[in-house]
Amino acid sequence: MNKEELKVKIQELVPSAVFEEGPEWVTVVIDPAGWEGFARQVRFTAGLDFDYLFCVTGVDWKTHFTMVYHLSSTVHRQTLVVKAKLDHDDPVIGTVSGIWRTAEFHEREVYDLFGVRFTGHPDLRRIFMTDDWKGWPLRKDYEDPVNMIKL
Amino acid sequence: MDVNQQHIPEAGSQHVPEVSPGPVQDKPFPGAVHPTAGGGILVSKLDEVINWARSNSLWPLVFGTSCCAIEMMSTAAAKYDWSRFGFEVARATPRQADVIIIAGTIVNKMAPVLKRLYDQMADPKYVIAMGACATSGGPFFYNTYSVVKGADHVIPVDVYVAGCPPRPEALLHALIALQEKIRSGATREQIKTEMK
Repeated sequence: MNKEELKVKIQELVPSAVFEEGPEWVTVVIDPAGWEGFARQVRFTAGLDFDYLFCVTGVDWKTHFTMVYHLSSTVHRQTLVVKAKLDHDDPVIGTVSGIWRTAEFHEREVYDLFGVRFTGHPDLRRIFMTDDWKGWPLRKDYEDPVNMIKL
Repeated sequence: MDVNQQHIPEAGSQHVPEVSPGPVQDKPFPGAVHPTAGGGILVSKLDEVINWARSNSLWPLVFGTSCCAIEMMSTAAAKYDWSRFGFEVARATPRQADVIIIAGTIVNKMAPVLKRLYDQMADPKYVIAMGACATSGGPFFYNTYSVVKGADHVIPVDVYVAGCPPRPEALLHALIALQEKIRSGATREQIKTEMK
């Protein structure tokens, strides 16, 4: 189905969804509280069948965080981008590692570098930095007087 | 223009430019050979012969961490071929390698690994820091929490190559420079041994 039909279908599922204008793919902004339910619907509804989560990204705007999920359907060959806005002081969102297994590692990476907590994650710990590292390196306000030389 | 009427210059009339001796041309075998009946006698200094032999057969260790590794592979491949200069086999094990070419970024997690590989290499060993990241941290010098700002914080380096990444010709130039350093006894290895 093309972009318009996909937008209509998503709007039926989640009436409160807001659509952003992306250059290529349908982009929908949802409330993080409803993320798990939305993910389940988008994965299992016949006609949508988004069974391939190919990217989980965290973005640090200085006032808030955004989680970006890129979903693709191997059955219908369409792509969907889902964004969720998180609070800067305590970023929490539900995990989707039960729905797409790859999210286990991707969410560990976002936790390691941004400090976003994923509730319900089976094994939330650091993946790149050493286990005793203090701080969230990719945040904009990260300071490291030992290693970083500021420009 | 008719093919049969082409002007063919006479032999000896054309000017052939002189080829100036470059680093590849003037690498004569050190020492003098005195021809005698039934063969010859070579008179030379042992150090020079050993250095000549070592410089012409340096086996590099396969060590590419980052983008410079692609240029290193390209130097090893057919077009720029470093085995013309003696770097015939690239060994995967440090025990059998002579020179380690640090091609790529060294991060904090990789630094102890690099040190261990260097320690496992047998003397005499030489080090080339290829590219901006291995020389000084390169584009990652500022604002990074994880990159070691120069491989020489970890192991001693003989030759630095500038570039991001350096072209295969630049790496070949560095390899030839290392060979000349060995032949003249100027690498860290040789200075250390002399000063003992």
